[in-house]
Amino acid sequence: MAVTVRIPTPLRRFTNDQSDVEIDGGTVGEVVDNLEAAYAGIKEKLVDEAGDIRRFVNVYVNDEDIRFLDGAQTPVKAGDSVTIVPAIAGG
Amino acid sequence: MSNSTAPALAGVCPLIISAIGQTPLLKIERFTTHLPDVSIFAKMEMFNPGGSVKDRPALQMILDAEASRELTHDRIILDSTSGNTGIAYAMIGAAMGYEVELVMPESVSVERRHVIQAYGARLVLSDPLEGSDGAILKCRDILAKNPDRYYKPDQYNNPSNPKAHELHTAPEIWEQTEGRVTHFIATLGTSGTLVGTGRRLKAFDPAVRVIAIEPPEFHGIEGLKNMDVSIVPGIYDDSVWDEKIQIETEASYEMARRLTRELGVMVGQSCGAAMAGALQVAERNPEATIVTIFPDSGEKYMSTPLWQ
Repeated sequence: MAVTVRIPTPLRRFTNDQSDVEIDGGTVGEVVDNLEAAYAGIKEKLVDEAGDIRRFVNVYVNDEDIRFLDGAQTPVKAGDSVTIVPAIAGG
Repeated sequence: MSNSTAPALAGVCPLIISAIGQTPLLKIERFTTHLPDVSIFAKMEMFNPGGSVKDRPALQMILDAEASRELTHDRIILDSTSGNTGIAYAMIGAAMGYEVELVMPESVSVERRHVIQAYGARLVLSDPLEGSDGAILKCRDILAKNPDRYYKPDQYNNPSNPKAHELHTAPEIWEQTEGRVTHFIATLGTSGTLVGTGRRLKAFDPAVRVIAIEPPEFHGIEGLKNMDVSIVPGIYDDSVWDEKIQIETEASYEMARRLTRELGVMVGQSCGAAMAGALQVAERNPEATIVTIFPDSGEKYMSTPLWQ
């Protein structure tokens, strides 16, 4: 059940500079947990103390914003892409 | 700028770009009532005609390029931007008769896209995953393919960016505070505001402390840059600041909302970071006269998590 997680540049130091990583999981939340298992330290950047995806973090399953789906409970299936989009920096 | 022979009327601008600069300084007392000897002032850059502090460097870069003949009317102004500089180029281009083409990450707020297109500028969208650095690289490619077609101000590397603040922003602050400013605080994006204003304020008085506000490496404060994980702008000069404070996204949003709801000052995301930093400095310096920059208003962020 691997999905492709697309990693934005500011977080690639956790993924050995890889822009795409294959991660298992049946929901976005499980993917984030498994991402943490593979690349320790990344989850805290994405999830707040209560375990929710941080409000400023934009996560898309394929092209859909998970805010308009089921948030961290949004189901994913093999072959889907999960994309983490950073804020717009500087100027 | 006017070629009219009639005498100028007080308060009348010959062109919209004549209204850039001379922004008001707002005194903010609500959050420091327990520190009666602290003064915090915010330079209200939302009052520039393009709605942000970026009108200043954009105008300076264009005027300097006209003077050096690098920019002529057969060339298109091309640059990468996170939004506000693009809006400034689009507005100034419309006023001065230049075509404008801008590269922005696809993830930029829809309001920004619409404003830029309303001025008649063209938009090229870059991969949202690559953020602003992706827009910078894509812009370089576009220029390399047609170098004679474009003039690229290159806001990240153009000394005219900080120069705008050395010539105008800093002297305005010096006059508006009657030379009493002790601490200057600005957020880091291109770094032009901090570097230019900080440099000139230190020339007026070397005792002025300059404090840079930066976001964490992964954040949601539009317009700000963490230098450790970004392409570092050529104009960045870390010898200008005495101290750097990191403000989290949530703290920045919360402060922007408080400024809006408690003071009626509807500010953008980075203003919240600037204000949060100013309050930290105030706690440590109870007799300080602090000036910070509020880069823009909150209206262009209605579709973003700041207000959602």
